[in-house]
Amino acid sequence: MDKFFQPQTTRTSQKQQKHVATPEAQPWVEKYRPKTIEEVASQEHTVAVLRKSLMSSNLPHMLFYGPPGNGKTSTILALSRQLFGPDNFRTRVLELNASDERGISIVREKIKDFARQTPRAITTSSDGKTYPCPPFKIIILDEADSMTQDAQAALRRIMETYARITRFCLVCNYVTRIIEPLASRCSKFRFLPLAPQSAETRLSQIATAESIPLSQPVVRTLISTSQGDLRRAITYLQSASRLALVSQPREDITVRDVQEIAGVVPDAVMVDFAGVIGVEVEREVGEDGMEVDEKPVQGKAKGFDDIRAKVREIVREGYSASQLLLQLHDMIILHPTLTSRAKSKCALVLAEADKALCDGADEELWILEVGVRVWKAVSDSR
Amino acid sequence: MSLWVDKYRPKTLDDLHYHEGLSTRLKSLADSPDFPHMLFYGPSGAGKKTRIGCTLRALFGQGVEKLKIDQRVFLTPSKRKLDLNVVSSNYHTEITPSEVGNYDRVVIQEILKEIAQTQQVDMNAKQRFKVVVLNDADSLSRDAQAALRRTMEKYMTNIRIILCANSTSKLIAPIKSRCLLVRVAAPTFQEMKTVLEHVAKKEKFDLPETASHSIIEDSNGNMRKALLVFEALKMQSTDLSGPLTIAKPDWETYCYKVADMILQEQTPQRVMDVRAKLYELLSHCIPPTVVLKTIADRIVQNVDEALKADIMHWAAIYEVRMRNGNKKIFHLEAWVVKVMSLYKHFFYDIDMTGFDDC
Ligand SMILES: Nc1ncnc2c1ncn2[C@@H]1O[C@H](COP(=O)(O)OP(=O)(O)OP(=O)(O)O)[C@@H](O)[C@H]1O
Ligand SMILES: [Mg+2]
Repeated sequence: MDKFFQPQTTRTSQKQQKHVATPEAQPWVEKYRPKTIEEVASQEHTVAVLRKSLMSSNLPHMLFYGPPGNGKTSTILALSRQLFGPDNFRTRVLELNASDERGISIVREKIKDFARQTPRAITTSSDGKTYPCPPFKIIILDEADSMTQDAQAALRRIMETYARITRFCLVCNYVTRIIEPLASRCSKFRFLPLAPQSAETRLSQIATAESIPLSQPVVRTLISTSQGDLRRAITYLQSASRLALVSQPREDITVRDVQEIAGVVPDAVMVDFAGVIGVEVEREVGEDGMEVDEKPVQGKAKGFDDIRAKVREIVREGYSASQLLLQLHDMIILHPTLTSRAKSKCALVLAEADKALCDGADEELWILEVGVRVWKAVSDSR
Repeated sequence: MSLWVDKYRPKTLDDLHYHEGLSTRLKSLADSPDFPHMLFYGPSGAGKKTRIGCTLRALFGQGVEKLKIDQRVFLTPSKRKLDLNVVSSNYHTEITPSEVGNYDRVVIQEILKEIAQTQQVDMNAKQRFKVVVLNDADSLSRDAQAALRRTMEKYMTNIRIILCANSTSKLIAPIKSRCLLVRVAAPTFQEMKTVLEHVAKKEKFDLPETASHSIIEDSNGNMRKALLVFEALKMQSTDLSGPLTIAKPDWETYCYKVADMILQEQTPQRVMDVRAKLYELLSHCIPPTVVLKTIADRIVQNVDEALKADIMHWAAIYEVRMRNGNKKIFHLEAWVVKVMSLYKHFFYDIDMTGFDDC
């Protein structure tokens, strides 16, 4: 267990050695982690504030919050590196990650030990640059929302005791899970989901660096399937390019590749299913010129047995129910001609199904349930 | 002598019969130094485990087939003892964390840390990392998944994780975004036929068209089931000609009987009889969801179109309640009563409005 709590630097240096050994095995999310705060995309406000504090070399306690994969961890790591430089990083920055044992005693011991040693400033680093190296240490508590209330309460005291020589940075997804007395001691920074434009720029940069061709539709699919989570988008991109690279002959990444990796149900399957349950959909022409079925979609609502047969077929294909319902939801809610009344009824059943699936319900039963009730709602409205 | 399912289980990616595109991709991935964490998902009997086995073989060669099986004991922080079966070779380790229920996190952390710290023994191995296969990944607790999230990044150099699940619905997003998702769909009719014919050829006999048809119809895309049934049939009648009766498993016949009882009579006495039968099924360890679905399936085959949707609706509702509740029998029984009353009212043409909202 103790291994997890060693200061960040030991880990980083180990990692760097390994990376030298196998650079191609490095996940791109690590490889392209922003090195400076200027590289952090899309979080203009936060970066502007932090830039100022970088200049004045002073820092408040901070609380970063926001949805996954939008640069919280990266920002604080980059900021610390810019403050202290590579040499001092080890002695000045302590990173504690969640998901491991992080009870009160551990928090207390680790932080006490680390904060007790007085910082010594060496401003000129071995790489020839000078760093501000202000006279305090930074303690990063990543994924802080999974810390117990008791541990958080204990932290309050520690923050005060060592206030002179430490700055804390709490990082979390859900700000409401941080106890108020702790949150109120920090300046809060909200990290927004990545704007599509910034995500696109970042993805293109990575593609260029890895010299892989990337078409517009593929980028758009990456962004829409990852929903503002750049880590996911980058991982999908890496997986897709792996597959494209290894296929013989070598192919470019297609929209379908990305969808498959992201677990998205193919449009054709969705349109088919929607047709059987009475939701008529205009089939779009494949954006990247993918072949589109010639046969027109028949939106004729059928009966219970047809719906059940279709559901069985889908289950056999192995698509995940929650993904299917997510896509069906978008189809129905954005549908151009369905009546509002029908849509409302569908929304109700989709919500019920989502809850049921979260409770571990049988997927086949619930896809069928949704199918039949949507079908009823739509045919009632005719 | 082993069963056909095992005897003719493909060992290498080249031997696999269907989803050729997928096999090719897996083969190329196994050859590259850049093998990712993976999540295999799809319905049961579609061949996920077989495919994982073949992938391991492609990664490390025949050595992965030398297996040893250990019964390991783990200790929870509160000093409780947990038993777990661990199947391993020099190159990989396979566990089913759901065997220890809510303590899966403890087990996963211990095992992964242990493996991460040991070096690959075989210095000539094609890959430097070891693989950990986690079966039944759908039932990993939230805690265990959160623990995996960090571990997967940290130990990337020494370990690759292969998750095997029926669906991705119950896995948290951070896990899914760290894996290459591999969907293994059930084989199609034609694909299943090819496999059956292949086995027949190896066993040196002819498989009549009619026989393979009925086997495949019965199996609902489950290749394992199809092969088991195939072998059983062959033992019954050597030439596999004439009309074949595929013996249903006892519990299935039993469920059908229950379904028929429900439709024959709708009285308190009948509820009691049905209940005794349900108990019988549960005490034979037939999963309650399977019992419910099988009975419901049979019932909707035999009722008026107007009733089908309602019967399945209540099946869906009671199935969730059953999962969250403690006493499975209560919910099964409640559903039976519901179905009886729906049926009876329909029969006597009683207006049902107001009955639906429960
Ligand atoms: N704003 C951003 N600019 C540039 N890269 C980003 C940005 N956000 C995320 N990334 C990329 O995604 C990866 C993950 O980001 P990071 O670890 O900072 O996410 P996080 O906000 O801490 O997520 P979580 O809440 O899941 O911990 C980074 O390595 C980087 O490659
Ligand atoms: Mg983070």
